Amino acid sequence: MELFWYIVLMTMLTIYVILDGYDFGAGIIHLFFAKNEKDKKAITNAIGPFWDANEVWLIASGGVLFFAFPTLYASSFSGFYLPLIMILWLLIFRAIGLELRGQIHNKMWEGIWDKAFGISSLLLALFFGIALGNVVRGVNLGMVTNGVSAHEPHYFFLPLWNSTFSPHAEHLGIIDWFTLLLGVIGVVALTIHGANWIIFKTNSDLNEKLKKVVFNLNIVLLALVIISLFIWHIIEPQPFHNFLDKPWLFIFPIITFTGLFGIFKVKTFKKHGLGFLFSSLFLFGGLTSTVASIFPKVLPSTNNINPDLTVYNVAAHEYGLSVGVYWFVIAALLVGVYMFVQYRVFRGKMDDVGYGEH
Amino acid sequence: MLFYDRMQFAFTITFHYLFPQLTMGLSLMIVYFKWKFLRTKIDKYNDAAKFWMKIFALNFAMGVVTGIPMEFQFGTNWAKFSELTGGIIGQTLAMEGMFSFFLESSFLGLFLFGEKLLGQKLHFLTGFLVFLGSWASGYLIIATHSWMQYPVGYEIVENGKFVLTNFGALFSNPWLLPSFLHNQMGSVITSSFVVAGVGAFYLLNNKHSEFGKLFVKTGVIFGLVSSILVAFPTGDLTAKNVVKHQPVTFAAMEGIFETEDGGSEIILIGQPDTENKKLDNKIAVPNILSFLTYQRWDAQIKGLNEFDESLHPTNIPGLYYAYHIMVGLGTIFIGLMLLAAVQLFRKKLYNSKWILWTIMFMLPFPYIANTTGWYTAELGRQPWLVYNLLRTSDGISPTVSSGNTLFTLLGFIGLYLLLGLLFLMLAGKIINKGPETTKLN
Repeated sequence: MELFWYIVLMTMLTIYVILDGYDFGAGIIHLFFAKNEKDKKAITNAIGPFWDANEVWLIASGGVLFFAFPTLYASSFSGFYLPLIMILWLLIFRAIGLELRGQIHNKMWEGIWDKAFGISSLLLALFFGIALGNVVRGVNLGMVTNGVSAHEPHYFFLPLWNSTFSPHAEHLGIIDWFTLLLGVIGVVALTIHGANWIIFKTNSDLNEKLKKVVFNLNIVLLALVIISLFIWHIIEPQPFHNFLDKPWLFIFPIITFTGLFGIFKVKTFKKHGLGFLFSSLFLFGGLTSTVASIFPKVLPSTNNINPDLTVYNVAAHEYGLSVGVYWFVIAALLVGVYMFVQYRVFRGKMDDVGYGEH
Repeated sequence: MLFYDRMQFAFTITFHYLFPQLTMGLSLMIVYFKWKFLRTKIDKYNDAAKFWMKIFALNFAMGVVTGIPMEFQFGTNWAKFSELTGGIIGQTLAMEGMFSFFLESSFLGLFLFGEKLLGQKLHFLTGFLVFLGSWASGYLIIATHSWMQYPVGYEIVENGKFVLTNFGALFSNPWLLPSFLHNQMGSVITSSFVVAGVGAFYLLNNKHSEFGKLFVKTGVIFGLVSSILVAFPTGDLTAKNVVKHQPVTFAAMEGIFETEDGGSEIILIGQPDTENKKLDNKIAVPNILSFLTYQRWDAQIKGLNEFDESLHPTNIPGLYYAYHIMVGLGTIFIGLMLLAAVQLFRKKLYNSKWILWTIMFMLPFPYIANTTGWYTAELGRQPWLVYNLLRTSDGISPTVSSGNTLFTLLGFIGLYLLLGLLFLMLAGKIINKGPETTKLN
C-alpha cells in the first residue's frame, strides 16, 4: 500500500513539475526575451487559462503527502521551514502579477507586475531545483551534534545556508554548491520547457528567436547534466547502485536522454507540440531517475545515528491508506475529465483568447 | 514558540477567510442571476452575473493565493500535530484538493472566458460547477474542523499517533452538518450584504439605478433568508453541540462563571473579569439561556466553576467577546433585513434613503460576524488541538525556532497588507465603474 501511494505521489509531483514548469518557464522567457507588449501578451495568453489549475497539482500533492506520509510531511515541512514559506510568498507574487497586471492600463503598473511575475518565476524554478538537491543530498536527521541527537530521530531544521556552502558540512544549509547546481539545472530546464510551450501554443513573432534560445540553452543543460552525473558520487558514494540492482530502472535515464537529445531538433519540428513533448520527457525522466536512485529512501540521513526516512517508515496506517484508494480513484478520474474538457476547449493556438482583460 | 505559531496561523487564516466567505456566497448568487437570465431571457440578469463575476474573479484569486499557505502551515508550524493526526485529517484535506480545487480551478477559467465559446447553457453549467467546487471545499474543511472539535472513528496507537478506524465516521460526525450549514449561511449573508450594499451605493448615487434596484432586492431576499437560517436552526444546533460535548466552552462563551440553580440568565453585555471570576456592568435577561438551551426555564447550565482550570479555554474574555459580537451582529442582520424586506414588499425600499444608507454601511459587518464566529469555534477549542486529546502546546514543530516564525509572521503581515490594499483598490474600481449593459436578445 505504501508503494502504491508513493507512486501516486511521485506521479502527481511529476505532473505538477511538467505543468507548472511551463508556467515558470514562460515567466522566465517573459522576463528576459519579451521586448514588446505583443510578445508579453502572447506569453500570458499561452498560460492564462491553465496556470491556476496547474498550481492545484502542487496543493493536491501536498494533500496526498500529508495524508499518506504524515511523518515525512511533518519532518520535511518543518525542517525546510524558511524556503517553503518563501516559495509561498513567491507563488503569491507570481499569481498576483498575472492576475492584477491587466486590471489597470498604465505602463508603470504593468511594468511592476511584469517584473513580479518574471522574477518570482525565475526564483521558483531555482528553489524547486534546490529542493530536489536537498532531498537527494539528505539532511542531519535528529540534528545530531557530537554523536547525540538533539531531537526526535525524524526531525531536523536547516538554515538557508552555512558559511562553507559545502554539502559535507556537519551543519548543512539548504543552499550549497551541489544543491545550487541542481537549482541552475532547474532554471535552464524550465526555461527550455516554457519556451517550448509558447512555441506550441502561440503564433508569436517571438517563436523563431525562442527556437534558437532553446537550442543554445539545451547545450548548457546537457553540459550541466553531465557535470552533475560526474560529481553525484561526492554526495552519494554509490549513486547508481539501484540501477545496477534493477536494470529495468534504466528506462528512466533513457527517457531523460531521449528528451534531452530530442530538444536539439527544435528548429526542424513541423509539429509545434514536439518540442514540448521532448522537454516534458526530460523533466519526467530527470525526476524519476533522481528519486529512483535513492529509493526506498525519501529523505536520507547524513549521520550514522538516525536512520534514513524511507517509504516504509513515514507512511500512515494500513486502513487509512486502503480506504483512501477508493475516493482517490474516483477523484483522479474526475480530474482526468476536467483536464480533458479544459485542454479541449482551449486547444490550438491561444493568441486570440484575450486572457487578463476582465 | 507557541505564541508566534498561533499568531501566524490566526493571522493568515483570518485574512484568508475574508475571501472564501464571499466566494461561496457570491457563487450561489451568480448562479442565481445566470439561471434567472436563462429563464427570462432578460439581459439585465446576464449583465448582473457578468458584473459580479469580475468581483468574484478578483476575490477568488485572493482566496487561492492566501489559501495555499494554510495547507503548508500544518507541516511547517504544526509538524507534531500533522505527524500525529495526518492519517486522519490528511484524508479530508487531501480530498479537498482532489475533489474541489481541481473542479473550481478547471471550470473557473471556462466560466470567466468561455461565455462565447460555450454558449449560455454550458456557461451556466460551468458557473454551477464552480459553485459546487467552492461549497465542497467548505464541506471538507469543516469535516476536518469537526474532527478536531469532536474526534470520531480513531484509535490512539504507539507514540500517541491517531489512526483512522472508520472512514464513514468522519462524515457522519454529529458536529459536521450543523457547523457546515451554519458556516454556509454565514457566507451567504456576507455575499447578500455585499450585493445589497453595492446596489444601495448605486441607488444613492443615482447611477446604474436599474442594477441598483436588482442588487438591493436580490441582496435583501437572500440576506433575510440566510440571516434567519444562520440563527435557527443551524446556529442553534451548533450551540447545542457545544453544550453537549464542550460544556466548559459553552460556559465561557456565555460568560457563566457560576452554576445557578433555578435557571441561567442570558448575558447581553458585560465585561468578564477572569481574576475575580465575575462579570462587570452586565445587562442580562433571567432564565432565557436555560430556555434556549434546554427549552426549560429552570434547566441548570454548568458554570466555569464546575471545571478544573486546566480545562478552561485559554482566552475566556476573547472567546466571550467573539461569541457575543457574532450573536449581536446576527440579531442586527435579521432586524435590518426584515425591515428592508417589509419596505420592499410595500414598494418603498428604493426610496427609503436611511435604510439604503444603513445597508451600505453594514457591508463590512458580516465579515466581522463570520470572523468572530470562527474565533468562537477556535478559541472555544483551546487549549486543545484535538478536543480533550491533544494539547495545542504539544502540536508545534519541534525544531523551528521562534525567531524564524516571527520572521515569517512579519513577512506575511507585510505581504497581506499589500494584498488587502490592492484588493480594495481594484474592487473599488470595478464597483465604481459599474455593470455594463449588453444586448444579447
